[in-house]
Amino acid sequence: MPAASTQETAIRIRNLDFAYNGTPILEDVILEIMARDSLCIVGPNGGGKTTLLKLILGLLKPNRGEIEVLGQTPEKSRLRIGYVPQYARYDPQFPVTVLDVVLMGRLDRIFCGAYAKADHEAAQAALAEMDLTDLAGRLFAEISGGQRQRVLIARALAAEGELLILDEPTANIDAASEEHLFEILAKLNERLTVMLVTHDVGFASKFFKSIVCVNRQVVLHPTSELTGELIRNMYGGDIRMIRHDHRCSPEGHCNHGIS
Amino acid sequence: MEFLNALTDPAIPFLRYAFAAGILASLSFGIIGTYVVARRITYIAGAIAHCVLGGIGAGLYCEHKLGITWFGPLSGAIVAALLAAIIIGLVSLHANQREDTAIGALWAIGMAIGLLFIAKTPGYIEPMSYLFGNILLISEFDLWMVLVLDALVVGIATLFYHKFLAVCFDEEYARLRGVRTDLYYLLLLCLTALTVVLLVRVVGIVMVIALLTLPAAVASNFAKGLWQMMVLATLFCIAFIGSGLAISYNNDLPSGPTIIVIAGLVYLGATGLRQFSSRKN
Repeated sequence: MPAASTQETAIRIRNLDFAYNGTPILEDVILEIMARDSLCIVGPNGGGKTTLLKLILGLLKPNRGEIEVLGQTPEKSRLRIGYVPQYARYDPQFPVTVLDVVLMGRLDRIFCGAYAKADHEAAQAALAEMDLTDLAGRLFAEISGGQRQRVLIARALAAEGELLILDEPTANIDAASEEHLFEILAKLNERLTVMLVTHDVGFASKFFKSIVCVNRQVVLHPTSELTGELIRNMYGGDIRMIRHDHRCSPEGHCNHGIS
Repeated sequence: MEFLNALTDPAIPFLRYAFAAGILASLSFGIIGTYVVARRITYIAGAIAHCVLGGIGAGLYCEHKLGITWFGPLSGAIVAALLAAIIIGLVSLHANQREDTAIGALWAIGMAIGLLFIAKTPGYIEPMSYLFGNILLISEFDLWMVLVLDALVVGIATLFYHKFLAVCFDEEYARLRGVRTDLYYLLLLCLTALTVVLLVRVVGIVMVIALLTLPAAVASNFAKGLWQMMVLATLFCIAFIGSGLAISYNNDLPSGPTIIVIAGLVYLGATGLRQFSSRKN
């Protein structure tokens, strides 16, 4: 992997269209995310946030256009992404320990049999970084929501990727856990590109360098631009109103024609 | 004690065979039952089990009508179980909706085919013994078959433990870690199919599903983690089969239903106890 391309661009999307059963979900998306950026993907429910995420992860294929993640196709770069799904979607009765969940981040490194020593070391290091060492032997179902969230981040870190993607991490966790989460993300952002999907923009400007608004179309704004009017427009359902008033600096904005 | 004497009595080898088959099969039942319960695919496992009757019927027909001696009911059962596992697995992976309807249909079609074959097989064949088990039918050859299938299931399930765990717990994440999740899901269903065949002789195809899921369900009340659940489920399965065979022998009862009733009572007791203690807390 040439170092230069990962240094510059983490994600590059060109002229992407995606439709599901004939209904357009995303149209003419152009997006460029720099490495070490921290960005927040916001937008109303059904606006296409999750679809954009799945396209970046290579779980969905675009109808038109291309996506490059860490300089490769999404399928090829998949193993270099640390993905953190919503913890609430797990079966609350599934009998699995915290350590076993974190070790799943190393699943690509074994074909059969047991994990190697290096895999256990990476899992333990990730648990320590998330302050979870004491919980390693506990059942995933027994611990609190905030702790489960951190276990899933530890699993993503154990994979040793360069890009951390979190899906709705602030859903269903309390305010103290949310604050703790952003402290963790700020620290991780020193070495990783951090990308987060949320429908809750209240906190967004505290941590994020850029905001990506998704509602069929995708527009990137630097955080400094996030005003009350922008938020109102975004949730008012018509994203084009936001696009009327861009006054973005060239390095923080990615618009049609610039890419 | 009467039962222990009977186990060593050379005049009644079938009891010894049934006991040995039960102990051996408990390993597969504990391991695969845990996956089935944890992944919540009891219904799919039930459908596979019932489709086995189609294979048994075809096997009997081949053996008695066509004179193909090497393809009997047990070989038919194995083929039908694997075929059912793959078809049902593909339906469950690719059917976007009404998966349960399609699986329910396959469940019934499998049984219907079996009964049609049995009806056209010369001589009187009692479908009851296949549906509900009959330990008198167990031969030494069956015991060897159980040993081979058991080794295969336990070997594969242990070798790919971490893959199966990840596919059951979080299929999407496993796929993102480069695991071919569809293949492992189908492989798991095939192992479930082979496991079901192991004890068809002892408890029959209708009740085998209870023996697959109840030990694991009881174990889930006590286990910390998946492999602990597997070990406990195996021990419970041995206890259910052992005590069931003993009680049925001493009281002259059919063995399959006795085993299932014991498993069911322990399950209800454990679940009730757990409800009671959690309400107390």
